[in-house]
Amino acid sequence: MSDTRRAGDPELTTYRDVQLSPDFSELRRRFRRFVFPMTGLFLVWYFVYVLLADYAHGFMSHRVGGNITVALLFGLGQFVSTFAITMIYVRWADKEIDPPAERMRTLIEGEDQ
Amino acid sequence: MSAPLLLPMATDIGNPTVNIVIFALFVVATLLIVIRASRNNRTAADYYAGGRSFTGPQNGIAIAGDYLSAASFLGIAGAIAVNGYDGFLYSIGFLVAWLVALLLVAELLRNTGRFTMADVLSFRLKERPVRMAAAISTLVVSFFYLLAQMAGAGGLVALLLGVSHRAGQNIVIAVVGLLMITYVLVGGMKGTTWVQIVKAVLLVIGAGIMTFWVLAKYTFNLSALLGAAVDKSPAAGEKLLSPGLQYGATGVSKLDFISLALALVLGTAGLPHVLMRFYTVPNSREARRSVSWAIWIIGIFYLFTLVLGYGAAALVGPDRIKAAPGKANSAAPLLAFELGGELLLGVISAVAFATILAVVAGLTITASTSFAHDVYGQVIKKGQISGNNEVRVARITAVVIGIVAIIGGIFANGQNIAFLVALAFAVAASANLPTILYSLFWRRFNTRGALWSIYGGLASAIILIAFSPVVSGKVDKKTHASLSMITDTGIDFHWFPLDNPGIVSIPLAFLLGIIGTLTSKEAVNVDKFAEMEVRSLTGAGAEKAVNH
Repeated sequence: MSDTRRAGDPELTTYRDVQLSPDFSELRRRFRRFVFPMTGLFLVWYFVYVLLADYAHGFMSHRVGGNITVALLFGLGQFVSTFAITMIYVRWADKEIDPPAERMRTLIEGEDQ
Repeated sequence: MSAPLLLPMATDIGNPTVNIVIFALFVVATLLIVIRASRNNRTAADYYAGGRSFTGPQNGIAIAGDYLSAASFLGIAGAIAVNGYDGFLYSIGFLVAWLVALLLVAELLRNTGRFTMADVLSFRLKERPVRMAAAISTLVVSFFYLLAQMAGAGGLVALLLGVSHRAGQNIVIAVVGLLMITYVLVGGMKGTTWVQIVKAVLLVIGAGIMTFWVLAKYTFNLSALLGAAVDKSPAAGEKLLSPGLQYGATGVSKLDFISLALALVLGTAGLPHVLMRFYTVPNSREARRSVSWAIWIIGIFYLFTLVLGYGAAALVGPDRIKAAPGKANSAAPLLAFELGGELLLGVISAVAFATILAVVAGLTITASTSFAHDVYGQVIKKGQISGNNEVRVARITAVVIGIVAIIGGIFANGQNIAFLVALAFAVAASANLPTILYSLFWRRFNTRGALWSIYGGLASAIILIAFSPVVSGKVDKKTHASLSMITDTGIDFHWFPLDNPGIVSIPLAFLLGIIGTLTSKEAVNVDKFAEMEVRSLTGAGAEKAVNH
């Protein structure tokens, strides 16, 4: 990239200016540091489950109690983890992403008008 | 979502008159709601995005209504009743997939686009070629999904309303198509959304009552229910409770299952009719709440289908289900009849039928919006078109799509609809998702990368399906009957061993996006990328709700 202009340069567009600002870098870093590892986590957990269901029939058909198999617990575990990640993410984003995003939005839209 | 076969069939249980009356009540009630909702349909944002004024919870319920098709209700319950645990695997893929939408796509898309998926993909790349590619992929995915629903309507009606002759089924398909065109023309996105909300509530309540009823019969002891299901299934026996009954037979079928699992988990966040729903809320926070609500509703519904599936195995029995006209798909209706007689069967049948109507309406508005806004408005007219003109084109397109869907549905009636739905998911995961993720998160991504990835994913998924056993050459080893789309066992041109193309086409599309980008000398549009990145995360400059 040949663009070497810095934040505050009057020739920059508003968006470019914001993009280069430390506040925005911090917001982007915070967002990515949450969603990328979380995505990796649930995808790994999902494919571990898929592979076990596909190739480890003996282990999965093991009874834990009554007619409840390991496979059933693993399957229900996917529901639990999906619900949990949803709750954690929504609570986290409401608290950690919305307020700084809102501040920057007001700043930009104020300048535009 | 996905279902085994819906074949033309007739029913000897239940009372078609009761079913038709309950269904007619649903149609009248939803039409009234649509007419009421349409009073404020003035601008393009009203027609395409319901004025962006739905709340998160409302949109979340509508998303669930859009996502839980009749095939997923009847298909998954039936698959669990007959194949036990393997049926459960479908619902897990369909549910976990929503986390991709929640974490990576929904909010950023809401903040960046206006009406369609193509808005986001073409934001910082060469607009016309990328928009055209995204629109083509949107139309293809929506068309296959639509065809599957219409074809399913024929089979479902035969089962539920007792219409067994082909001509009668075709009339029903036409009626479904005409109703859907009416909903979309009169109500736009707002009317369609309300239809989906009503349907989702009915579907979840209906399934919830049946679940409670089944569990009550076994004193709320899941283990006892599972035991009863095993006792009633002498052929499958204990295998009903663990994976492998359907997919565990050979090495190829195991690989096929991984391929399916990949398409399911990555397909949802690339389905255009799902993506478009995120534009109906005022901001990214409401988009987040929509997905959260949708995940809860869809997840709870799939837990219901687990109980319903094993309940059908325990109370009706796989032998009676397989012998019934609709085979596995009749598991849930048979269970309803077993539990609550004609009336409950009527309610469940009407709900299942209403489900097709709502899903079809959602697909039609998505496809017509993409054609009017992307192809006509931006590519042909280069953006020099008023919102009113665009909406007029969208309405005409909706009628054309409706007619095409009716004709296609009549031809596809009795076909294997699982192949159409799996194709829609595989194409969405291959053609759409890589480009969506790259354009949101990869600064270097450029036009060639987008075009290679979209067209490459689209073409590879369709070609692999065309030369898969789904289309030709799959023969039942015992009965020597054809299990393919082409039922003539003499015709066999398949060379791809798997039913599901995802394991090849999805990585290929991701790879093509990278190769295309790296081999192109196109410079990054620094200012446009800055605008996209800042808008996507902060919501600055995002489309606002319409105030009436």
